[in-house]
Amino acid sequence: MIKSLDPRVTRAEIELDNAIEPLKEMDQWETFEVFHQKRRGDQHMHVGIVHAPNAEMAILFAKEQYGRRGLSVNIWVVKTRDVFTTDYDDSDIFETVPEKQYREAGGYKVMDKINKYKKSVKA
Amino acid sequence: MNNTAVKELLYKMADDLLIIGHRNSEWTGLGPILEEDISFSSMAQDKIGQSQALFQLLHELGEQEPDTVAFARGAGQFHNCQFVELPNGEYDFSLIRHFLFDHADQLRFEMLANSSYEPLAKVARKVKGEIKYHVFHANTWVVKLGPANEESHTRMQKALNEAWNYALGIFENGPYEEELKQAGIFDGEQVLFDKWLANITPHLLKAGLMIPLQDTWQAVNGGRYGKHTTHLEPLVEEMSEVFKIDPSAEW
Repeated sequence: MIKSLDPRVTRAEIELDNAIEPLKEMDQWETFEVFHQKRRGDQHMHVGIVHAPNAEMAILFAKEQYGRRGLSVNIWVVKTRDVFTTDYDDSDIFETVPEKQYREAGGYKVMDKINKYKKSVKA
Repeated sequence: MNNTAVKELLYKMADDLLIIGHRNSEWTGLGPILEEDISFSSMAQDKIGQSQALFQLLHELGEQEPDTVAFARGAGQFHNCQFVELPNGEYDFSLIRHFLFDHADQLRFEMLANSSYEPLAKVARKVKGEIKYHVFHANTWVVKLGPANEESHTRMQKALNEAWNYALGIFENGPYEEELKQAGIFDGEQVLFDKWLANITPHLLKAGLMIPLQDTWQAVNGGRYGKHTTHLEPLVEEMSEVFKIDPSAEW
């Protein structure tokens, strides 16, 4: 049932999956990626993973693994298999031709102008 | 303020927390999975920290140093209920004990947050967050394992049946119930018990676990007056082993 277009709001309303799939012997629970927020308003930072049978248990474990020391106000967990990622074979998409300094802040020589402006303000 | 009555209250709380903290810490390295091992151990440390805060209050009321009180007494001088000293058994029993005890612990501190004895009220407010997590942890496991499959259900129900009468011993009346109530320090074990029963029932219902029939209830009392099972003495000996090598050592 969608209550809001904001995925965070709607997700929070989804009933937690209470059914725990039985594991085969020596098998492990799946992993959840953990995102940790130090202060309200900060970005959540990815801090690692926990093994858990469902999201609620993942939160339970993540709190002690990643939130018991230092500042913490909030934790997110996301099933690892729900994370859509790039392929390492495609790492070359991040490569870029270096002769494009105009795309970077360092490519502009503006200090002269700034110094000139500062001087004029001071005067 | 009636110091004797307050001390009696502090002793039973501190001893409950110290002993259950020690028991739960026995799972360290043996927990069912790494993440749970860390969580359970971390909560055990919280319990010992909470007991230390209470021993500190006792020290301020003229009792000996926290370390001395914790480690130099014999088993017969402990005021904890017998429930917390029972061996861990298997993980089902430890989880059920964690659930039953921590609900009582949370409510006790909640009641004390408005105590007229301000130093204790302050401690109660300080540990609120820790205990909230402990209860969340306990509820989550109990509600998951209760209905998960036949084996987990049978184990949890059996553990609950075994734990029940001991858990009732948490609420054994102390010698100063009336004095504490009159002074606005603590509303008493009976009030706590009623709140506790009301709180745990919906979670057990959700877990599909049955509270034993009321006509079988028989609280295992005596712990508050120094009467203990044979399990406490070896626990206290092990717990204080290092301390006793050199009681004057600085840590």
